Amino acid sequence: MISGGYQGKILRVNLTNEDVKVENINEEWAKKYIGGRGYGTRIMLKEVDPNIDPLSEENKVIIATGPLDGTLAPSSGRVTVITKGALNGAIACSNAGGHFGPALKQTGYDMIILEGKAKEPVYLWINKGKVEIRYAKHLWKKPVDETDKLMREETHPEAETMAIGPAGEKLSLIADVMFNGHRASGRTGVGAVVGSKNLKGIAVRGNLGVNVADSEKFMEAVYETRDLLSKDSFSGGGAALYGTAMLVNVINSIGGFPTRNAQDAYFPEAEKISGETLRDKNLIRNAGCAECPIGCGRVTEIREGKYKGEHGAGPEYESIWAFGAMCSISDLNAVIMANYLCDRYGLDTISAGSTVACAMDLYENGFMPKDDVPFPLNFGSGDALVESIKLMGEQKGKLGKLLAQGSYRLAEHYGHPELSMSVKKQEFPAYDPRAIKGIGLEYATSNRGACHVRGYTIAAEVLGKVDRLKYEGKAELTKTFQDLTAALDSTGICLFTTFGLGGKDIASLYSAATGFKCDEKEFMKIGERIWNLEKLFNLKAGFTRKDDTLPHRILKEPIKTGPSRGEIEELDKMLDDYYKIRGWGKDGVPTKEKLEELELSELK
Amino acid sequence: MKVLMLNPLKCTGCRACEYACSFKHEGIFNPLDSRIKISTFLEDLSFVPSFCMQCEEPYCAEVCPTGALTKNAETGIVELNKDRCIGCKQCVVACPWGAIKLKHTGKEIIKCDNCGGDPECVKVCAAKALTFEEVEDAVAAKQKGVAARYKEIAKEMAKGVNP
Repeated sequence: MISGGYQGKILRVNLTNEDVKVENINEEWAKKYIGGRGYGTRIMLKEVDPNIDPLSEENKVIIATGPLDGTLAPSSGRVTVITKGALNGAIACSNAGGHFGPALKQTGYDMIILEGKAKEPVYLWINKGKVEIRYAKHLWKKPVDETDKLMREETHPEAETMAIGPAGEKLSLIADVMFNGHRASGRTGVGAVVGSKNLKGIAVRGNLGVNVADSEKFMEAVYETRDLLSKDSFSGGGAALYGTAMLVNVINSIGGFPTRNAQDAYFPEAEKISGETLRDKNLIRNAGCAECPIGCGRVTEIREGKYKGEHGAGPEYESIWAFGAMCSISDLNAVIMANYLCDRYGLDTISAGSTVACAMDLYENGFMPKDDVPFPLNFGSGDALVESIKLMGEQKGKLGKLLAQGSYRLAEHYGHPELSMSVKKQEFPAYDPRAIKGIGLEYATSNRGACHVRGYTIAAEVLGKVDRLKYEGKAELTKTFQDLTAALDSTGICLFTTFGLGGKDIASLYSAATGFKCDEKEFMKIGERIWNLEKLFNLKAGFTRKDDTLPHRILKEPIKTGPSRGEIEELDKMLDDYYKIRGWGKDGVPTKEKLEELELSELK
Repeated sequence: MKVLMLNPLKCTGCRACEYACSFKHEGIFNPLDSRIKISTFLEDLSFVPSFCMQCEEPYCAEVCPTGALTKNAETGIVELNKDRCIGCKQCVVACPWGAIKLKHTGKEIIKCDNCGGDPECVKVCAAKALTFEEVEDAVAAKQKGVAARYKEIAKEMAKGVNP
């Protein structure tokens, strides 16, 4: 019997035959995989053939919370979307903040499993445990913010919503799933999978509370962790002041800020798009996700120029980089506008920005026929960026349709896939592996394609004391970050808590909430188990060692200017070491012994 | 006298106060049973906390037919005596702030009691949108803030007038 943290119920909705079932949480799985990302992946491995087409009816979408969602644990409102990703067919798992996670739990369910495909557009209304499948034809084609508003008008003014935008409806491979209108489960094309099911969104409102197993210990851990977070310079100060965009100057100043589609890694005009400038010129106030003492979210407006009067949430660091330095654009208003548009269309900002950068690279190299390009696609043009995002969101014309499939398909179409700055077809984020060696290993080995939030080695390599230019020790560092993140993602807590907290702190929150005995060592072991679980899915889906690589440019073209001039990334110096430390063979396949050790033998 | 003060401009809408409040009073994390409420305006992403203002002339106490609600002159708290409450909900109707409410079960009246002088909501408000302070101190701080701005304006104005 589980005594706290979980509501104990899973909602299963079959959209094909409108069948709704309630199932119990499997206690053994809860102990082995926690919840959210881990538990959801376990369901995927049991119920979904990893070889299916991600946009087929056979794919499932799991919307999951963890045991810390809906409690007072710091930043504990994450909701995770788990599915086979549309962008690359790997295990996809993308989490978001906002208030949907806790609200879902208040309806009495820890997670929702969505199956099949609705005949017509629908949305779900889960009101105090009761499920209604409602027609959503009138919401189809509506942008995310409007959908959120209309769903709340039709259900309850205080319902929390999940929605896809026109991008997800049109199966754009870089479409995201948005929560509360402005928080994104951005990566891996989860929005397209939801769109393929004809599901426009979900509104939830519940009235049930969340219990914890040991109240006294839990509150002790809550106050201790909140205190630790307030003492860290990022989570307790910088993030609230400047948002995550505080990193613009930090990363650029070491020459690790990919610029002009990673032709370079230093952006001379970074100051114009920095968190400091954003605060000065556009910030209205901070917006925090559920129970978050950090409050990195930005509420902004554009006060001058052609987009004057526009307002919305963000942009955060990765988005500023993708639309800014990556496209060589220093016009912050254009960057912010591109960000607002992506939120409305339901597009992942990292992939969208990097895809525009890739298009600019193709264009300037003369690889795109003139007829394919409705306007000059030069680096540095804010107009070209904003117009490209509109084409991408609406899939207008040949270019719009190509852009909506992400940079890899775009570059491949024009015969130059090497110009896509992606791993496993997913665009990498705002840290250049040539200047920060460990993050390259993380991009190469991340189970969902290039990604910084599976193992944020930046915390040690840039913000900490580890030498960013050394290869030694990076395999171990990457593994540690990856395992810790896999476990903490599964609890429902935000990755940003790790600026102030370690595995020990999060394990103590998790253990007091659930009553499961778990110290730091066990917590890390669970993380490693989840990492291997995801790997098993990908191996079954056909991924091999050759997919654990980096773009040619990162491996071969030295950085041209800035403090990291001359650097390239020598991935081979780390990859074998990494597999070895993971207990995998040279082919990147977990050994029998490793799977036995992790109690995963039955999944081999 | 110490009072709960709110500053909507600082509120990030994280609702940690709601979770802390419900846990303190009900032993469970349920925002519906929190005495404090954060209203979210998604159209412009603004957030406003509301709670019992411990009115000097509490309508809730005036309409209460059984004397379950009384103003404590010493602490300033409008106190709820559960033993006397008959659940008629007239206080819910009378409160201009919506600060007296029913528990989610629909059976029991609940309201803020400042946690007996150590409000839990204030402890978790990292943005400091909620504070618990002496009225005089809060007023003095405001006056000083305004005065500091005025001082600068006065300096500007003085330029050229009184060389």
